[in-house]
Amino acid sequence: MQQPPLPSPLAAVRVAGVDKAFGDGSSRTPVLRRAALDANRGEMLLLVGPSGCGKTTLLSIIAGTLHADGGEVEVLGQRIDRLRAAQVTRFRARNLGFIFQQFNLIPTLSITENVSVPLLIQGLRPAKAERRAREMLGRVGLGDKVHLRPAKLSGGQQQRVAIARALVHDPPLVICDEPTSSLDSENGRQVMDILRSIACDPSRCVIIVTHDNRTYRYADRMAEMEDGAIRRVLASPAEIAAAHALPDGLGIANMTVHR
Amino acid sequence: MLRLALKMLFGDHAKYLMLISGITFATLLMTQGAALFCGIMSWTFSPLRNMRAHVWVTDPKVEQVNDSKPLRDTDILRVRSVDGVAWAAALYQGYNQARLVDGTFKFVTLVGLDSTTLAGAPVNLAEGRLDDLRLPNTVIIDEFGVQRFSEGRGRPVGVGDSFEINDREARIVGVCRTARSFTGGPFVFTTYDRIASYVPGQRKLLSFVLVQPAAGIAPADLARRIERETGLRAYTRTEFMWSTIWWYVRNTGIPINVGLIVLIGLVVGVAVSGQTFYSFVLENSRNLAALKAMGASTGILCLMLIVQSLAVGFIGFGIGLGLVCVIGYTVLQLGKVPFLLLWQVPVASLAAVIFISILAAVLGIWRITRLEPAIVFR
Repeated sequence: MQQPPLPSPLAAVRVAGVDKAFGDGSSRTPVLRRAALDANRGEMLLLVGPSGCGKTTLLSIIAGTLHADGGEVEVLGQRIDRLRAAQVTRFRARNLGFIFQQFNLIPTLSITENVSVPLLIQGLRPAKAERRAREMLGRVGLGDKVHLRPAKLSGGQQQRVAIARALVHDPPLVICDEPTSSLDSENGRQVMDILRSIACDPSRCVIIVTHDNRTYRYADRMAEMEDGAIRRVLASPAEIAAAHALPDGLGIANMTVHR
Repeated sequence: MLRLALKMLFGDHAKYLMLISGITFATLLMTQGAALFCGIMSWTFSPLRNMRAHVWVTDPKVEQVNDSKPLRDTDILRVRSVDGVAWAAALYQGYNQARLVDGTFKFVTLVGLDSTTLAGAPVNLAEGRLDDLRLPNTVIIDEFGVQRFSEGRGRPVGVGDSFEINDREARIVGVCRTARSFTGGPFVFTTYDRIASYVPGQRKLLSFVLVQPAAGIAPADLARRIERETGLRAYTRTEFMWSTIWWYVRNTGIPINVGLIVLIGLVVGVAVSGQTFYSFVLENSRNLAALKAMGASTGILCLMLIVQSLAVGFIGFGIGLGLVCVIGYTVLQLGKVPFLLLWQVPVASLAAVIFISILAAVLGIWRITRLEPAIVFR
């Protein structure tokens, strides 16, 4: 049985003492309270916790789509909390891939055009962008559907399109927000298998926010959040399996990784 | 990205058709209204187009060509005495009633041309000969006159037919093509000498003096000289045209009524396009936020919106202008409705459409600048 490679010691994400609140005055609500988190290249990190604990807010801050009120946020060696908005936008375009809960595919474009969007944002010519998009769609098993629009695909297929879009520009950090919550078991498994194979790339880090305990067995590490702070980090698949009572035989240590 | 922006828009068929319809309707109203106004105004100075002369001399109080205050017969001699005048000819213009064979009366614009030179005669004769006007009791009518005088008859009137003006015979010796009159009556041309018998109640018959400048003399210079030396009012053709137009603009409700049509077109365009486009942006907020999250700058998203808005603007304008041309061609064939599509009208409409498109885009841009990419994580 193949063992997953050890995570690279180079941190992809380092969050320290991050605070975030919404609202003003008496309606001001703290969402993050000195949150701290590390994620390494070559690993899949799950961020779990009850609804309202601040997972999505922390994810947004890591992604640079939300600005923290305080603390340090370092992504791929860059202190994004010190960058201007336009610089963060350019950084995101080059270095981050996103997989959203609702897929967020543009319905009037073909899946090839949807996947080519990150490349077009970076200024690649349309013909070249679409060629690379078709290649990526082939790698996620949708090579025979490149001309279809998202509405013609199942939920699982649409999420695979979203994965292809997230990876087409080869980003070192992939951020996933509830990637399996809209999917049935079989489709969810297929999506997680693909994400797991992505995480095995030593140059890449995958961070997943999820409620879905079916995904726990795919993680290298798991950070548990509560009340705006990281309460516990389970540092290995064995700890995750033990903490969440996964049945024997599950967990990435016992998975066959498809490359 | 701009190509994708257009695909996003064209793929939303309902919004796209709504936007196109709004711009098309706005273009139609604005262009049609303006063409109607230009057509009406062109009818107001139709005598200048029908009786061509470089300089028109008239009473100092006359401001527009459909009005006339009779001059003294000696005034024509005074005009001829001005240095730079090659020739000056008398012209009568008045509104009279023609009595047809069946006893009905038709309102006509009677024109009396200088008997010797026939200066100011219509240049486009469809039937007959201009020289036949020198025969007794003869007239030339225009094609609109043929149409009006033929109503109720078994056949159209033509050369050889007769009618009466003030109990005097008027025998048709020619049919000409003229520009339609604003006053609504057909033009009837005869000689100045014969006018006294057709309008016996008038003591003074001289309406205008038509003047030809001598070689090398500019019409405007001659007009100013005539005014200085005679005390009469002298207009070049262009000056008289604009004076006539402005008189109708100041003294009638035409500009207000037509202006309202144009304004309604503009308001409809802004309202429909603005609301529909804003709705389109709202419905695509998550997609646009996702693009922002993926690294599309606010600038590129704004440019996408502007391209989308201008695209529907140009397409709607093209369709609207096409419809205006079809309508214009149809009404011109009928000949009863004034319509004149000067090149300035579509240009002005296009400017208005671009304004509408930019305004619609601004509403969407305002929305996009406030869009937080973090909403895609909710």
